[in-house]
Amino acid sequence: MQVTSAVREDLVTGGKTVHDVTHDICRQVEGKPTKSWMLGMAISLGALGIGTYAVLALLWEGIGVWGLNKTVGWAWDITNFVWWVGIGHAGTLISAILLLFRQKWRMSINRAAEAMTIFAVICAACFPGLHMGRLWVGFYWALPLPNTWGSLWVNFNSPLLWDVFAISTYFTVSLVFWYIGLIPDFASIRDRATNKISKAVYGALSFGWDGAAKTWMRYESVALILAGLATPLVLSVHTIVSFDFATSVIPGWHTTIFPPYFVAGAIFSGFAMVLTLMLVTRKVYKLEDYITINHIELMNIIIIITGSIVGIAYITEFFIAWYSGVEAEQYAFINRATGPYWWAYATMMTCNVISPQLFWFKKIRTNIAATFILSIIVNIGMWFERFVIIVTSLHRDYLPSSWAMFYPTFYDVGVYLFTFGLFFTAFLLFAKFFPVINMAEVKSIIKSSSLKETK
Amino acid sequence: MERDKHFVLGVYEDEDVLLAAIRKVRDSGIKIMEVYSPFPVHGIDEALGYKRTRLPIAAFLFGLLGTSLALLMQIWMLGFDWPMIIGGKNFASLPPFVPVTFELTVLLSALGMVGTFMVVSDLKPYKKPRLMDIRITDDKHVMAIDLAGNKMSKEDIRKIVGDSGASEVNDKDFE
Repeated sequence: MQVTSAVREDLVTGGKTVHDVTHDICRQVEGKPTKSWMLGMAISLGALGIGTYAVLALLWEGIGVWGLNKTVGWAWDITNFVWWVGIGHAGTLISAILLLFRQKWRMSINRAAEAMTIFAVICAACFPGLHMGRLWVGFYWALPLPNTWGSLWVNFNSPLLWDVFAISTYFTVSLVFWYIGLIPDFASIRDRATNKISKAVYGALSFGWDGAAKTWMRYESVALILAGLATPLVLSVHTIVSFDFATSVIPGWHTTIFPPYFVAGAIFSGFAMVLTLMLVTRKVYKLEDYITINHIELMNIIIIITGSIVGIAYITEFFIAWYSGVEAEQYAFINRATGPYWWAYATMMTCNVISPQLFWFKKIRTNIAATFILSIIVNIGMWFERFVIIVTSLHRDYLPSSWAMFYPTFYDVGVYLFTFGLFFTAFLLFAKFFPVINMAEVKSIIKSSSLKETK
Repeated sequence: MERDKHFVLGVYEDEDVLLAAIRKVRDSGIKIMEVYSPFPVHGIDEALGYKRTRLPIAAFLFGLLGTSLALLMQIWMLGFDWPMIIGGKNFASLPPFVPVTFELTVLLSALGMVGTFMVVSDLKPYKKPRLMDIRITDDKHVMAIDLAGNKMSKEDIRKIVGDSGASEVNDKDFE
């Protein structure tokens, strides 16, 4: 028996029945690809094609094709890495933390958000691999393999190695969590399938699911414990990513505020990306009854909270740089705001701190067009945040004779484009062949929603 | 009569009717083999008298295994097999080992628990499910009663199931 406060708005509107849920979601999988899907796929594959050329050239020539120099040795590669990992935080946050808090509104967005997480983490993982120039050395530099294979055992004191473990664990656990949720829905598609191929494919994907009460009981227990495990995991991942910077001695990086600041920024950009993708999916697939304005408003509220945390972190960093009395630290921050990269700093501040404050107005946070535009602005801002942290802290080295600027080349842009192509190709394939909404979970809240509707 | 071959199926539309029906049918002395649902129904495990799953224990034990393996690996590699001075610290200093230990604990706990779940629930890619009713994965709850496991006659069982609020009462026979 579900008890929902009368003040709460319905999570599913339009008086849907349980059968309607199956029909509305499975229809997308069963139908032929639409024209807009084909167009999206063509653009994504185009980006992937150009990007693949840049990646191959990079592997052939080495990372000299990037715009790096001896002062700025880390630029777009790590910026993009942190940006993608950050985006990859929303999915597991939605499905794990909101499950622990019993927030039922997660149910119609968690599937797509988790898919987005998995693809974003794959895109992120491209960069640490590629920035070694020789992809294959990644295996014996990063994995604990016997000394006869590489040089020595890996260094477990290094935050870069912690990152390897954090990202791969996060990827694996998110994938497993996502797949467990998909099994009952694949079974629904299997039982509706009319042709042999989809019967066989979805039959294999559904692992012989039969909906027995005993299996459901175990399934729920597994989901709850996975959520309990994924919650500290999702917080640990960006914490460890921030250690890549925070444990170094570069002014501007060496700050204790980094872990919470990075985690808040990750949730911020992740939710923005979920909104960007869901607003399009919702429109194209006509899911307005499942992803309601209420859902959009709730996500916007999370954006305003995390955006404000990020804003406070920026100000705190500045204050502590001054208060510490460390000249190098003070200079790094003054240089960020007023040096040659002032425009990047200004973009970051405007997009991350000022523009999300517009969501204080109910009219704006319940407006779809405004939400869509702001969600993209947030992700532009978050990319610049990482660029500001990384490049502006490096480009004025300790000796003025080593001062330099960073200019991206075609290959910097190309590899970034590669991950965009990869991300959207994967997401479009997901949206076509996988159920985009967790049917089984949504069905469990249908009764309480439709009861109120008929009253 | 052979076991696991001949069933009476009660089809239910609503989860609250189903829960009441399970209690009613069990109270009249009929053994329910299993109930199949399109989504998890809260309270169904108590109604059917299932014991709580022990999967959390499996998760804990696998997590413990992960912690121990991660610590042993790091201490052995950097402390004993090839000690190196890194930043003037002890060969095997515990604080820097915390992140990797945490990650491997979570990894083994999650994979171990999910693996156990797959095995005990017999979920595997090449398995052909024995479906009681094709509509289970859509919108119907189905109560399956094995005729061989009950002393009552088929007609009596059908009557009790029908009176419990089932929208349909069907027979299902497997080869």
